[in-house]
Amino acid sequence: MHNQPTVNELVQAVKNFVDHSAMPELTGRAAFHARVASNVLATILRDLEARESNDAEELARLHDLLGETDGSIASLNETLRQKIRSGELTIESDALLSHLKKTAIAQVKVDQPKYSGLKAALEE
Amino acid sequence: MDLVYVEYALDNIQFRVNVAKMSDKQDFDSKLQAVLRRVYGEQTELGSANRLSGGASQETWLLTIKGPSAPDTLILRRAPEGMEATEESRAIGLPSEAKLIRRAEAAGVAVPEVVHVLNPDDGVGEGFIMSRVEGETIARRILRDEEYAIARKQLPAQCGKALAGIHRIDASDMPRMRLSSGLEQIDHYEEAYHATGACRPIFDLAIVWLRENAPRPLETVLVHGDFRLGNIMVDENGLAAVLDWELAHFGDPREDIGWMCTNSWRFGQSENRLGGFGDVEPLLEAYAEAGGPELTPADIDWWDMLGSMKWGIMCMGMYETFRSGADASVERAAIGRRVSETEIDLINLLEGQRRA
Repeated sequence: MHNQPTVNELVQAVKNFVDHSAMPELTGRAAFHARVASNVLATILRDLEARESNDAEELARLHDLLGETDGSIASLNETLRQKIRSGELTIESDALLSHLKKTAIAQVKVDQPKYSGLKAALEE
Repeated sequence: MDLVYVEYALDNIQFRVNVAKMSDKQDFDSKLQAVLRRVYGEQTELGSANRLSGGASQETWLLTIKGPSAPDTLILRRAPEGMEATEESRAIGLPSEAKLIRRAEAAGVAVPEVVHVLNPDDGVGEGFIMSRVEGETIARRILRDEEYAIARKQLPAQCGKALAGIHRIDASDMPRMRLSSGLEQIDHYEEAYHATGACRPIFDLAIVWLRENAPRPLETVLVHGDFRLGNIMVDENGLAAVLDWELAHFGDPREDIGWMCTNSWRFGQSENRLGGFGDVEPLLEAYAEAGGPELTPADIDWWDMLGSMKWGIMCMGMYETFRSGADASVERAAIGRRVSETEIDLINLLEGQRRA
């Protein structure tokens, strides 16, 4: 498949349209939804950029934490959930908290990079 | 971005099928005018009725009125016929809301004045008409605009006094009011989380921790259930009216204080624990002074974390309405990407508890 324009460029083009052409023409609820749409397009761009390395890092951390060598992120998270539910892993586990915090930081950097809680997490 | 939050309470409501649709706006306006004439006399004219906000179930309308004995503007809160909150719902329904607002007023809490509760003969659905209180509900403006500088200073103590009044309201004769303790809420939201099929281990960890560390319940009181910026009317002097009573229930008084402290409701101003505008200490002081139990900021920690857990799962639930096809809006899709905000808050709070 050809790649000109790239997916990122296309998304950016739609975002430009929403921000500079559509939004100024809209009022009320439609304007609000346009602002949400623009934020979503920015999220898509960040997701495209970060997903591959975030997934690789999360998978590697899950392997370390659970002492497993294979399994998908989904299945390993299910295992992790069971260990939390059974009380085998609690907030007293440094490894657990460190993993969950890194995962949450990576996710919120994509979803809502300006969120106040992210700043707090990075300061600690 | 405050509008994102406005309608979330509606997701806890289950609806009967909307069978009877209002035929048209003219019919609605003329029935509304008839209601206003019964309240304010035959010379009353409805100038206009404009819908301000609300989802499919609950609507808010601004009414302009002409007439010798009527005010210039009023607010109508209504659920169209067939869209009333049902028995299974966590919302109390508009007639109960009207009753509570009147009792809050009697308890000295600043609220709008309920001037008429709709009855079936009125033909405009379920709901009530109340006075329009001047002021601002949008958190961003209240937190940043110079106009509200004095308000921000006064709000913590005003909120403490208002909560003491709310928690004194006797609603023992109101059958629709649920009893919902902190632990019951953990069960409820855990079930909602599992129903989505999502696996987000931070929520599991928070749920396990909250359950194991639940504080002993205080004496049960009437709890507002959604006490935060966005649901209070604020003017330049501070608290002008407590609004949005639909999630009121019997429960633990700390729930209302913790909800206002939940980071999601600090609207970016995390350094101010209380709603992004102040400290919780002056609230607690005013609360005790007005007759509420003596509490310390640490007594609120558990409820603060409960709030983040609840809001995260509410966001998951709102995203579900998109995923299921019930609501195709971009806003409902996007809210699924706010769950991670509460995950980071929960991790920060859990870390804090470990050090404690």
